[in-house]
Amino acid sequence: MTTLPPPSPKKLGLVIDLDTCVGCHACAVACKEWNDGGDFGPLPDADAYGAHPDGVWFNRVHSYAVQQDTPRGKRELTVHFPRSCLHCETPACVTVCPTGASYKRAEDGIVLVDEDKCIGCQLCAWACPYGAREFSEERGTMQKCTLCVDRIYNETLDPADRQPACVAACPTRARHFGDLGDAESAISKLVAERDGYALMPEFGYQPVNRYLPPRPRRDGCDAPKAPAPREETLDRDQLPSVLRWLDRALSR
Amino acid sequence: MRPTFSIIAFTLLSGTGYGLWFLLGLGLAIEWPVCVPMQPAIASVVPLRFCEYPPLIGYALLAGFLMVTAGLLASLGHLGQPRRAWRAFSQWRSSWLSREGVASIVTYVPAALLALVGLVLLLPPTDETSVRQSVDHGVALQIMSLAPAAARVLGATLALMSAVTVYCTANIYSSLKPIRAWHNRHVVAAYLLLGLYGGALCLWFLTTWPAAMNHATGGREMPFVLVGIAVLAALGLVLKFLYWRDIDRTPPISAGVATGLEALGTVRSFEQPHTEENYLTREMGFVLARKHASKLRAIGLIAGFAIPGLLALLALALPATRPFAAWIAFISGMSGLFVERWLFFAQARHAVMGYYARN
Repeated sequence: MTTLPPPSPKKLGLVIDLDTCVGCHACAVACKEWNDGGDFGPLPDADAYGAHPDGVWFNRVHSYAVQQDTPRGKRELTVHFPRSCLHCETPACVTVCPTGASYKRAEDGIVLVDEDKCIGCQLCAWACPYGAREFSEERGTMQKCTLCVDRIYNETLDPADRQPACVAACPTRARHFGDLGDAESAISKLVAERDGYALMPEFGYQPVNRYLPPRPRRDGCDAPKAPAPREETLDRDQLPSVLRWLDRALSR
Repeated sequence: MRPTFSIIAFTLLSGTGYGLWFLLGLGLAIEWPVCVPMQPAIASVVPLRFCEYPPLIGYALLAGFLMVTAGLLASLGHLGQPRRAWRAFSQWRSSWLSREGVASIVTYVPAALLALVGLVLLLPPTDETSVRQSVDHGVALQIMSLAPAAARVLGATLALMSAVTVYCTANIYSSLKPIRAWHNRHVVAAYLLLGLYGGALCLWFLTTWPAAMNHATGGREMPFVLVGIAVLAALGLVLKFLYWRDIDRTPPISAGVATGLEALGTVRSFEQPHTEENYLTREMGFVLARKHASKLRAIGLIAGFAIPGLLALLALALPATRPFAAWIAFISGMSGLFVERWLFFAQARHAVMGYYARN
């Protein structure tokens, strides 16, 4: 059913800290690894070890330089930016689906694709402004992030491991997983504390995931330049004649 | 966006086919058939009128069927799992693609019934001798007397459903907000108008076929068709001009807007997430059309609208040139519409390319 379920109180999602992300791609690789071997089955690749490797990834890590004008001139901020499905509250990728393969879970808000119903029309990928969906030529169906639905509820895993593979793998703890519908959850508090923001809210799809902006730098560039020490004044006429001559000679 | 041949063929062929069916339905509802009362001797037995239909109706029904069906089959070529296509009829409550699928199938119903009515009753020569021979078959005559009314109702239904189907097709694209060139107020109007225009060019083309316009109406619908083509061509020119002016004024989404980092400063991408192309960059990062946009637009406007429109005016002034002009107008018009449709897909930018800073 591609009509959306009523809004659920539980909104599982990710919070990504752009301040601490170092762009190591560990999330992307861990995601690929888990989804190659997990219950989902192989995440398809074409020519994986050939001249033009091609395949489906649920995480893509962009790297940006943000040029800023500071009182001490220009500086560039490096921001690594992991991009994945935002599990929107009103996702167009779900409502455009003609078959009911694309759906949003009523119980926790995860957006999934039923691989047995997908006809591979790719309209959902067109409808997503965030590039969350990638089509697999090999399978003929659309692939997308499952928020590791086969990990987070997996009772055979240690409770500490019941989180998405990308979150578990992040070496700088830049990725956080939790319930963004619960204002008292740890990640909701983190979002409130750090002014977490949604991507391109103007589309109206109400992304659940939040991004934490880089913290202000402490390199002193934002502070205005200290005023230059004032030049001392010297009244030459008050000096003894030898020093007056010396001053004149040195001033040449 | 990557201009996939299957989708261009789908929208162009089915759009033109539905345009032709729309005109056919309209003709059946308001113009054809031409009915005259029977000779009094027969009319006293059965209240019957003698109705004639130009063979153009049969041609248009068949040509529309071929184009619509070819277009819908082409759209299957775009699917990764075409054997599951039947599932696409289920989600009409939310999906325009699903609505389009349902509407396209429903439109076959009046078309098939019209074909049935035509095959059973209308295509055999209904001259008065044969009618007189079959005058004993009272039931057949009763049905025959109902046929013109049935044709009118079915024609009106066919016209309505053809318009609904093209409206759904247009909304598949215009409902996609991340593609600003499609989420534009001119898109639905353009799909409807160009479908109708393509259909009108086809209809004109079909009138040149042998005996298309028999003595039923004496070809008195021809001036309407020709004036219609000239008007639609002019409207098409204006609409495409307004549409292109609109999309040229819409700035692409920058990396700053896409990442939400705009408030911090000027955002530039210094490293892509992957070294090879991926699905997103292949599907949504098509640049070629924008590079040659102005030339392609000129070709589309001249071949698609200017030449057929002028030829229609020429044919109106000099009836002798009609068959020749119809052929040129059809070939030129359809080529121009193909270029226009190719540009519609190929020129459009997708919001996701903001992340790749390729916009």
